[in-house]
Amino acid sequence: MNKKVGISGNYAVAYAVKMADVDMIAAYPITPQTTIVEKLSEFVANGELDASYMNVESEHSAISACIGASLTGARVFTATSSQGLALMHEILFMASALRTPIVMANVNRALSAPLNIWNDHSDAMAQRDSGWIQLWARSAQESFDDTIEAFKIAEETRLPVMVNLDGYIVSHMYEPVELPDEEDVRKFIPSRPLENRVSIKNAHAVGVVGPPEYYYEMKYQAIDAIERSRHKVKEIENDFNRRFGKNYREIEAYGMEDAEAALILMGSIFGSAKEIANDLRGKGRKVGVVSLRVFRPFPAQELREALDGVKAVGVVDRATTPGGSGNPLYTEIATALYGMPERPAIQGFVAGLGGRDMREDDFRLMYSATEKAAREGAGRCIYVGLRE
Amino acid sequence: MLEIRWHGRGGQGAVTAAEILATGVINEGKYAQAFAAFGPERRGAPVLAFTRISDSEILTRCQIYEPDIIVILDKNLCTMEGVGDGLKKGGTVVLNTNQKAEDFLYMFKNAGKFATIDATEIALRELGTPITNTSILGALVRATGVVRLETLEEVMKQRFGQYAEKNISAVRSAFKETALFETGERE
Repeated sequence: MNKKVGISGNYAVAYAVKMADVDMIAAYPITPQTTIVEKLSEFVANGELDASYMNVESEHSAISACIGASLTGARVFTATSSQGLALMHEILFMASALRTPIVMANVNRALSAPLNIWNDHSDAMAQRDSGWIQLWARSAQESFDDTIEAFKIAEETRLPVMVNLDGYIVSHMYEPVELPDEEDVRKFIPSRPLENRVSIKNAHAVGVVGPPEYYYEMKYQAIDAIERSRHKVKEIENDFNRRFGKNYREIEAYGMEDAEAALILMGSIFGSAKEIANDLRGKGRKVGVVSLRVFRPFPAQELREALDGVKAVGVVDRATTPGGSGNPLYTEIATALYGMPERPAIQGFVAGLGGRDMREDDFRLMYSATEKAAREGAGRCIYVGLRE
Repeated sequence: MLEIRWHGRGGQGAVTAAEILATGVINEGKYAQAFAAFGPERRGAPVLAFTRISDSEILTRCQIYEPDIIVILDKNLCTMEGVGDGLKKGGTVVLNTNQKAEDFLYMFKNAGKFATIDATEIALRELGTPITNTSILGALVRATGVVRLETLEEVMKQRFGQYAEKNISAVRSAFKETALFETGERE
């Protein structure tokens, strides 16, 4: 029997990690992620979770310890945010290249300076080339579900998976979450010894020098692995949906059956965007919204299908690429849509940086500007809510 | 949809109160959200929290700018800019004060109902410390009936462990001692 509880997104992640019966957790506290590992350390301390909990001296050490543990075949988890993720940067590339199936929750928070503990997507976007699979939760429920799914995806693709959830707006919001039976979760992700690559009996060095004669081919293996993970992600999604009565896809569309202007976005603003789209559609305006649940591997084909016939899309970036030809999500979308025979106009937006609340009027403005782009073509990137 | 905005000071437990209420509502089978406009947490600094309650799934995640109910855990916050802002016409103000509701009417022109309670006195009496969040919950339930008192008591038992009993006692006292005042202002 499923159990409906009122918990925060961070606690939802912690419950998922507990049900996944991880063997090892290494973490360093950072706001707004802290309550995930706080809860997990409580589970370990009171005996509800039989795992090794490692307090480390930095995020750099946390992810390094996770790689080491993962190489022995253990199921491992860590969590971080913002500066913590940035400090992990060089090790993230090793985690994917060494094919360690680590699951990490990244509670999205802005990068300094100025120091800011609030939500945007600049931390995860700065790691988009690290070879990690990225899932993007939009609610506490999805934070739970994505974490469960992440273990299966990681272990079946031999790639690390980052589960992103918006700082505060998801991480600290209490809302209803349906928790499945632990037994059903264990059936979905059975605890089994993963391929044992390093042990006392099987001692060897990992991550040694790859000279020019070998580096290229070894790097390509990691590139190929995430490319091939598309099918696996879809297959695992379907399996999860069937078992737990969900309907997750790489992208979710709302109002797209007849939309001429559509917003494309990631994370928790999907709910507010849907609500405003619903209101505008009631007034006869042909608007819709598409949300990405999977950012890596990028669901380009699914997007092209969802956007077929749309006159303009408005891409909502919650991170920036200063001096670039477009912001992170914008450039991904532009690249994905470039080959369409009748490609839509693409209007760029930047919004909600450093935790600036995205209000109803901000969404109305973005829908209107996207409709305008449908009529007149796209203009320059609009910085929504920026004071002069 | 019912939208509640909480004003407190760091250490008074406004965020916890918002969460307890939402958890109770969810336990009764409805939908709810509780969240805070977090700042770097400091004791005594003004804190803003929110609770949304609905019979159907809640989509929006914006902050609340036009609340149906404003809950204030410290009467001195009333004079702070923005505390009364956006209250819906005929809305409810739940206030921790030892004064009469009439003293605050001019600050909340849209208010239809006031619930006043000396939550600080109750907290000191029942808990031995001026943490007013659970007492103010008793006043909120009395004024609005958004959730059953017993449901909140269950949530507090889960959340507070050894401190639950005293807090439950504070909620019950506040529920009894709350003074209600109708202004005649209607929606």
